[in-house]
Amino acid sequence: MEILWFCAVAFMLCMYVLLDGFDLGAGILHLSIARTNDERRTVLGAIGPFWDGNEVWLIAAGGTLYFAFPLLYASSFSGFYLPLTIVLWLLILRGLGIEMRHQVDHPMWRSFWDGTFSAGSSLLAIFLGAALGNVVRGVPLGPDGYFFEPLWTSFTVQPAAGILDWFTVLLGLVGLTTLAAHGGNYVAMKTTGELQARARARARFWSWGVLFTSCAAAFSTSEIRPDIWRNFAEHEWGFIFPILGAAGLCGMFYFNRRSADVKAFLSSCAFIVGMLSSTAFGLFPSVLPSSTIPAYGLTVYNTAARSYGLGIGIAWWTVGIVVALGYFIYLFRSFRGKVHVTPEGY
Amino acid sequence: MEDALLLHRLQFAFTASYHYLFPQITMGLGLLIVIMKWISLRTGNELLNSSARFWGKIFAISFAVGVVTGIPMEFQFGTNWARFSTYAGGVIGQTLAMEGVFAFFLESSFLGLFLFGEKKLGPKLHFLSAVMVFLGSWISGYFIIVTNAWMQHPAGYAPGPNGTVTLSSLGDLLLNPWALWQYLHNMTGAVVTGSFCVASAGAYYLLARRDEEYGKIFVRTGVIAGLVSSFLMAFPTGDAQGKNIAFNQPVTLAAMEGLFQTVDGAPLVLIGQPDMEKKKLDNPLHVPRMLSFLTYNRWGAEVKGLDAFPSSVWPTNIPLLYYSYHIMVGLGTLFIAITAAGTWLLWRRRAYGARPFLWVLMLSFPFPFIANTAGWTTAELGRQPWLVYGLLRTPAGTSATVSAGNALFTLLGFLGLYFVIGVLFLFLVMKALGAGPAHVSHHERE
Repeated sequence: MEILWFCAVAFMLCMYVLLDGFDLGAGILHLSIARTNDERRTVLGAIGPFWDGNEVWLIAAGGTLYFAFPLLYASSFSGFYLPLTIVLWLLILRGLGIEMRHQVDHPMWRSFWDGTFSAGSSLLAIFLGAALGNVVRGVPLGPDGYFFEPLWTSFTVQPAAGILDWFTVLLGLVGLTTLAAHGGNYVAMKTTGELQARARARARFWSWGVLFTSCAAAFSTSEIRPDIWRNFAEHEWGFIFPILGAAGLCGMFYFNRRSADVKAFLSSCAFIVGMLSSTAFGLFPSVLPSSTIPAYGLTVYNTAARSYGLGIGIAWWTVGIVVALGYFIYLFRSFRGKVHVTPEGY
Repeated sequence: MEDALLLHRLQFAFTASYHYLFPQITMGLGLLIVIMKWISLRTGNELLNSSARFWGKIFAISFAVGVVTGIPMEFQFGTNWARFSTYAGGVIGQTLAMEGVFAFFLESSFLGLFLFGEKKLGPKLHFLSAVMVFLGSWISGYFIIVTNAWMQHPAGYAPGPNGTVTLSSLGDLLLNPWALWQYLHNMTGAVVTGSFCVASAGAYYLLARRDEEYGKIFVRTGVIAGLVSSFLMAFPTGDAQGKNIAFNQPVTLAAMEGLFQTVDGAPLVLIGQPDMEKKKLDNPLHVPRMLSFLTYNRWGAEVKGLDAFPSSVWPTNIPLLYYSYHIMVGLGTLFIAITAAGTWLLWRRRAYGARPFLWVLMLSFPFPFIANTAGWTTAELGRQPWLVYGLLRTPAGTSATVSAGNALFTLLGFLGLYFVIGVLFLFLVMKALGAGPAHVSHHERE
């Protein structure tokens, strides 16, 4: 039962990174690929109907984490107090950037919100990567399962590390490059002309970044948390996840070169799914390792709610998620195809 | 530790009250937009469809602010109230997760279709997307009320390991008797807000002698919906909610009413200032025996005062609780009076030219926001000193690892950021109102 809910939460977080990932990525590239007002309106038009629903995956994942693993939710949210609050502020600012831009017809107003949208998206991508880095590296848990981390201490990986050290910053860069490439693929898929060409070029550029940062991250993860390979050694079928990720990365280069934008986008999806599932597979059953005394680490078993709640949750959760997927398919179908903005308007 | 507790409470109170200014607009307007579109679809009245489009614009601005200020609410259960989340997450995590899975997905997916898809979908499907957005927001409201109702009146739980509680019956949790009346009371309150926004804008257009055909629709829709909702807010929902409190939280009732001594035939206080040192109410103006009648349907019934309970279970801020409650009730009465007068004028076909009345209507739009905020303040202060009524005291629920300095940092950040959001919101709504329904509606269709 705990394993099932671990998979459910992992699935929802993965959906979040896939879906909000493309609109965050579009935000990262917004200033560099879209130069004219119409191009910027096109980028925003490409994510406009979706970004809010994409963000709901984060909220729903948070809610699911809350009821399935209450102690994990409480411990990690209070321990990551400052970065989470900053993430909230960034989510707010970035959402405002998207929604405010078209409200006033003035170039300064638009410039300001374009900048807010792009800066907020970039920082969020880094923070999401760094958050994953903290989970992989472990945090200074106490015997009661709580901890508190400052934003940074000395930037070295040590038991009393802060949120940001060289390892988590590296994963932050993995987040930034991955989502930038993913967003580039998405924009290329949804647009035409010069904007599409620039999005394609940027996607290729950032794919190289993905290659370098994720290789560095894979090696340093093996150094910092050697036991991440234990599950792979015991269950060899688990290698399907990193293979999927590697195949995705190859596809990103291959299809980008052939200008097959849909396939390139699917490749970056595969890369994200592969990398996240590899991490989850490697960590399991640990969900928040301890950087001090290993026995204090939080696992799916010592943080899960009781079985009645988990059991009845499966029923409504499955129904709810199937219905939600239905909405998403309907929504994406309704707005399928290239985005065209009308010449007038702002 | 005391400092940190106060800061955690202030931050949650501030972010929650601020956030709820916006969902009450969207939940109220959502219903009115559905009604306008439905009548337009049935009668072919294009002006009503344009009105719906104009209010859809206001809805979208409010929705965006509601979403961005709503995300911190769920996060704060973990960041600021970690021990409460560990304690109760197995129970209320269910309803919060359900809100995400059943309401937010519905709402956010169809909002995109509602805002961007009128041309693509055609009138019927577009109406359907409006209904879905409305349903999503009202379902979301139910899950939040169920969560709050569990904190007010725990149901469907059993003791769990390590001193926590665990879910024992999902049915009892979802059908908590407290939740039903609280929900209806809250939702009628949201419709009052939506109605007054619409009526107030209509009054402005009539007074300014511009967009008058829209002004008439807005005044008519707002006043009639306002009368129905403010009446329902008082009776039966407000009355039933009062009885919920009287029977399940009698000490809260005594504090709300400013009743320091237990008496037979207790009076209903209209105005007065509680003096906590002398344990009495200064300058009271009251209706004799009314409180006994309203609570127990008997004029002579005994109502327990604060003296009947040990001070360790008294709400921690009785004067503020007392004032919030009285402000809510006073404004609620005012809403019935204004909308009843408006309905009478409409019936006599004099409403659109009655300028003194239109002035009152136009200036009354802030009051439903104040009344809804005061109502929630009453509910939440009335729950004190408990975080979960009778089970967990508020100081035991905070995040022990988060220091006062860190809590103050984020509180100040939220204050600053939300101030900016408030300025932007007012600017955009004023801009839309200034541009007018005809202009906005035309622009939105493009």
